[in-house]
Amino acid sequence: MTGNGMLRPDYALIGQWVKPGSRVLDLGCGDGELLRELMDSRQVTGYGVEIDDASILACVKKGVNVIQGDLEQGLSGFENDSFDYVILSRTLQTMRHTEGILKEMLRVGRQGIVTFPNFGYWKNRVQVWQGRMPRSADMPYQWYDTPNIHLCTVRDFEDLCAQHDLNILERVVLTHGRPVTLLPNLLGSLAVFRFEHRR
Amino acid sequence: MTHHEPTHRWIVTPQTARFTEPLVLQSGAVLNGYELVYETYGRLNADRTNAVLICHALSGNHHVAGYHSEQEKRPGWWDNMIGPGKPIDTERFFVIGVNNLGGCHGSTGPSSPNPDTGKPYGADFPLVTVEDWVTAQARLAEHLGVERFAAVVGGSLGGMQALQWSIQYPDWLDHCLVIAAAPKLTAQNIAFNDVARQAILTDPDFNGGHYYGGPGPKRGLRLARMLGHITYLSDDVMGSKFGRALRSGSYQFGFDVEFEIESYLRYQGDKFAESFDANTYLLMTKALDYFDPAQDLEGGLAEALRPAQANFLVISFTTDWRFSPQRSREIVEALLSNKRNVSYAEITHGHGHDAFLMVDPYYHGVVRAYMEKIKL
Repeated sequence: MTGNGMLRPDYALIGQWVKPGSRVLDLGCGDGELLRELMDSRQVTGYGVEIDDASILACVKKGVNVIQGDLEQGLSGFENDSFDYVILSRTLQTMRHTEGILKEMLRVGRQGIVTFPNFGYWKNRVQVWQGRMPRSADMPYQWYDTPNIHLCTVRDFEDLCAQHDLNILERVVLTHGRPVTLLPNLLGSLAVFRFEHRR
Repeated sequence: MTHHEPTHRWIVTPQTARFTEPLVLQSGAVLNGYELVYETYGRLNADRTNAVLICHALSGNHHVAGYHSEQEKRPGWWDNMIGPGKPIDTERFFVIGVNNLGGCHGSTGPSSPNPDTGKPYGADFPLVTVEDWVTAQARLAEHLGVERFAAVVGGSLGGMQALQWSIQYPDWLDHCLVIAAAPKLTAQNIAFNDVARQAILTDPDFNGGHYYGGPGPKRGLRLARMLGHITYLSDDVMGSKFGRALRSGSYQFGFDVEFEIESYLRYQGDKFAESFDANTYLLMTKALDYFDPAQDLEGGLAEALRPAQANFLVISFTTDWRFSPQRSREIVEALLSNKRNVSYAEITHGHGHDAFLMVDPYYHGVVRAYMEKIKL
């Protein structure tokens, strides 16, 4: 969430990456905050996709285009190459069909932007080392009620990209909203990637 | 005109607009003159930017909200949606409800006198299409001094009209709300409609559609409505409302009413047959069957919707099997492929197609939020 009126740090980063006037699809767009911000500051056009009723309502209240649907069913309603960016923020780790959604993202869009909590973050490692499933600001759930089913580390995601011939264009790993350059897979709590198909 | 009475009741009075300019229908038939009955709610603002048109469904009419009198038992058919402070807020919008051409609630239709004969048109009333209705509604808008709609709104067959508005008069509407609708009927839907029509057409009292002055095909109309009613509900809601409950507690081994669901359907059928005109039912179901803006277009619905400029809100209901969510998604996908502004909400609701007429906090919340964002 946005503490004290500040945009979520991964949102701020995405805002810098997205070119003005581009077409954006935000998957699992939540209350539409990112799209609203991109519409206002970068004049983007596009849609959010959401499954949750309350989030749909919040999007409509913000004047954000939102399509109610389940990402697990794919993006069949969207045509090939119809977006400049397809964003999946803090949702990858909740997906059953992780590879499927990555493929779909680059089918309908030129570039993908993904953010996810880094399971390799040292505080998470400490909790696992202490014999417990980690909980943190980025993963604020108990093991039994978490929507996160496919947690991964920065290194895991990079391996997956390599396997699927995805070219990572940019990678920023954040802790407390600040970029971490030293040992990011250990010291970073939230990963933000921009990628495209290797051409 | 509308005005607030000292009581809570919101009394509205239908108006009639007369048109003398001939209307060439899609069938080629011509109506030389006709009347449309309508009601309005709220006030048209000085800039004339706040008009909202409500398109009615199969058996609907112009009476969308409020009451006609202190004695009227039930308010207009969408009173839970339209009114002061309601999702379509008449404090802000100037709402117009209109009875379609061919209707039986005052607008020119099969029961109106045919100027050529002086007798009711009956079967001689030409078949009208959704396109024809939209044309007639546009003329009503001009008559009311409305050049542009803030929104055109409709559910079911009304949603088809709203969709057609966005294609036929793209510059006339800023927003288009398509609720529990489909871009065209499926074969199954047409089949249901034809069974309903056959019930009417084969009624011994149908008399080729010229039954005014006689008993009329009440039995046929009753059957048609019973069939329709089944398709507007979901199996779940029928199960939970009636189940297999018996009126007298045990089987009677006869064909009188035994199950509660039979009693309910027969009651609904009777009530409808008393208040609705069979010729209008025939005509409205045909309009449903004919509607297909993508017909003859290679690009399908996306091509059909290419002219549309409006911002869209599309809403479907999970248990609506007559116009299922998949049908609404077809509309959404066609709009997406044209890069139009569109939001889509799929309402989890147990009541089937009729859910669009019911109060649901999420459903009404989405419509309210959408309407509130409309800039006037």
